[in-house]
Amino acid sequence: MRELTFSKAINEALETAMRIDDSVIKYGLGVTDPLGVFNTTLDLEEKFGKDRVFDMPTSENAMTGVAVGASIGGLKPVMTHQRLDFFLLAMDQLVNNAAKWNFMFGGNSSVPITIRLIIGRGWGQGPTHAQSLQAWFAHIPGLKVVMPTTPQDAKGLLLESIFDPNPVIFLEHRWLHNMVGDVPEDDDFRVAIGKCEILKSGNDVTIVSMSYMSIEAIHAAEKLTENGISCEIIDLKTVSPVDWETIYESVEKTKRIIVLDTSSEFASIASDIVAKVSTKFFNVLKSAPQIIALPDVHSPTSYHLSGNYYKDAKDIVVEIANMFDKNIDVSDFMTKEHHDIPGDWFKGPF
Amino acid sequence: MKIDKEILKKIYLTAFKIRKVEEEIADRYKEQEMRCPVHLSIGQELVPAVYSMFVTENDYAVSTHRAHAHYLSKGGSINKMIAEIYGKETGCSKGLGGSMHLIDEEVGFMGSTAIVGGTIPVGTGLGLSIKIKQENKISTVFLGDGSTEEGVFYESLNFAAVKDLPVLYICENNMYSVYSNLEVRQPKNRKIYKLAESIGIKSSHANGYDVEDCYMKLEEAINYVKENKKPFFIELDTYRYREHCGPNYDNHIGYREEQEYKKHLEKDPLNIMKEYLSDESLDIEEKKILEKIDDAFTFAKESQIPKYENIEKYIYKEKN
Repeated sequence: MRELTFSKAINEALETAMRIDDSVIKYGLGVTDPLGVFNTTLDLEEKFGKDRVFDMPTSENAMTGVAVGASIGGLKPVMTHQRLDFFLLAMDQLVNNAAKWNFMFGGNSSVPITIRLIIGRGWGQGPTHAQSLQAWFAHIPGLKVVMPTTPQDAKGLLLESIFDPNPVIFLEHRWLHNMVGDVPEDDDFRVAIGKCEILKSGNDVTIVSMSYMSIEAIHAAEKLTENGISCEIIDLKTVSPVDWETIYESVEKTKRIIVLDTSSEFASIASDIVAKVSTKFFNVLKSAPQIIALPDVHSPTSYHLSGNYYKDAKDIVVEIANMFDKNIDVSDFMTKEHHDIPGDWFKGPF
Repeated sequence: MKIDKEILKKIYLTAFKIRKVEEEIADRYKEQEMRCPVHLSIGQELVPAVYSMFVTENDYAVSTHRAHAHYLSKGGSINKMIAEIYGKETGCSKGLGGSMHLIDEEVGFMGSTAIVGGTIPVGTGLGLSIKIKQENKISTVFLGDGSTEEGVFYESLNFAAVKDLPVLYICENNMYSVYSNLEVRQPKNRKIYKLAESIGIKSSHANGYDVEDCYMKLEEAINYVKENKKPFFIELDTYRYREHCGPNYDNHIGYREEQEYKKHLEKDPLNIMKEYLSDESLDIEEKKILEKIDDAFTFAKESQIPKYENIEKYIYKEKN
């Protein structure tokens, strides 16, 4: 094991994929620029050449269709967009073509493409640079939707996504890029799509979480342990298809569930998980399932509004304490000078 | 005529095959067994028939909602197409796609889709794969005049021009997007092929009802893509005889004049070719084609229906 940042782990996965398979190509706006999409695409062009690694016209929709065409012609395209929000222009090619190709042609032709999308938070990202629309993608049959939390999963899941024969939406939270974690030495280390992971075992409540919110959950769980509440944290890793078995087993044990989501609450992954668990464990649950998600409002840009809008470990502690009719003082817990940055490393601009 | 009679005969027979398949679909539609929308190519057969003379099964093609003619001209299986329209397990897409989602990869027909402009970038991406894999083939995108109003049209042509992709764009301009005339959709004095040219792609225009013009210009276009490994855009004027979607004529409903239809019918390329060829052996060839078509409908009707239990089978492709 060695320590890598999340963005370096992404970079390694891309390097490995392109080295072991000539059919992998990489493109997107900024892929070859000096910043290399938050360092994730650095050095790829030098190593693999301009044919396989290239910047592209600002044409999100057509370039997604180009990926579909290139993939049925035998390539494995990996696209990147600096923010998910720009990719909304490509919903036609994604939903009407990529997601349906294998189905609507009776299994004759599939579309092995990977689309990396970055979700922003804080620093005034606002209404059109911070949308967390995993539920949109998860609603479409035929797409796989992946949301890694750790550097290890970032690498393993990206490699798995690239070599999956189906279209995969790979969602990276901007606040995870500089997060450091252990990554196996194995060059071609894979993590299965469709499997979640128990980040921490516990007995009293199941926290189901995804992406950046899993980091907040880890902090919250420590505080709750100090107060006698043992949390089991399940990191979803793949939000479609969901690994229901692992969630069910945990809820059978803890009999309580709270789901954390990086998106707005209505019609979210969290609301669907709560609905399914409630239906299945109606007579088992000891308290009402809870959700911590964003309000059903667009992300406000102002520093003076985003603090209340976004959720963190404090909110999780308070909500779970409520489930046990407890009061936990969080006034001194996880206090930081600015709410709108993931750490001192982040100085803007995006 | 400048075209060799043997070649012309082949063109005629391909066009004949397309027309007769389409007419058979139209005739049998009232039986209510083909329960999906059909966009027939009757009146638009010449362009795909001529096209088929210059490509092989090795080349790629993609198409639109009105794809029967392109699929057949590329050599796609008649049996599988008709079975697909009947919603049968033996259909080219196992009954999951229907008339608008045809595929026969064995002959390079890589798929047709229903959203206007939807396959323009897909065919462009096939061009990218040809270039990267250094293959000796071309990719053809069949498109209609309506799709040239879509954003992906501009985006795809721009990319093909930037990257020098071996893609042939064949725009069949039949003047209508459903019932909307070109005049309400595009500026009067701007030709579509000039639009493509301004994006940076070599372009030409041909009369899709004139065999010679169609033949010469398509040959030139396809040779350009093959030799230069660069994109080419060709616009061909054509006309559909039947309604936008369905088996009937619709000249009476008020969006176009009966006279306009009759004017095209007088210049019908199939009639002109047949008259010019005045070859008695054609009757035998035609009869063989009609038998094949008849067999295809029998095949489709007798084929197994798909099983609902398998409905989730193709949501994802399984990993090898």
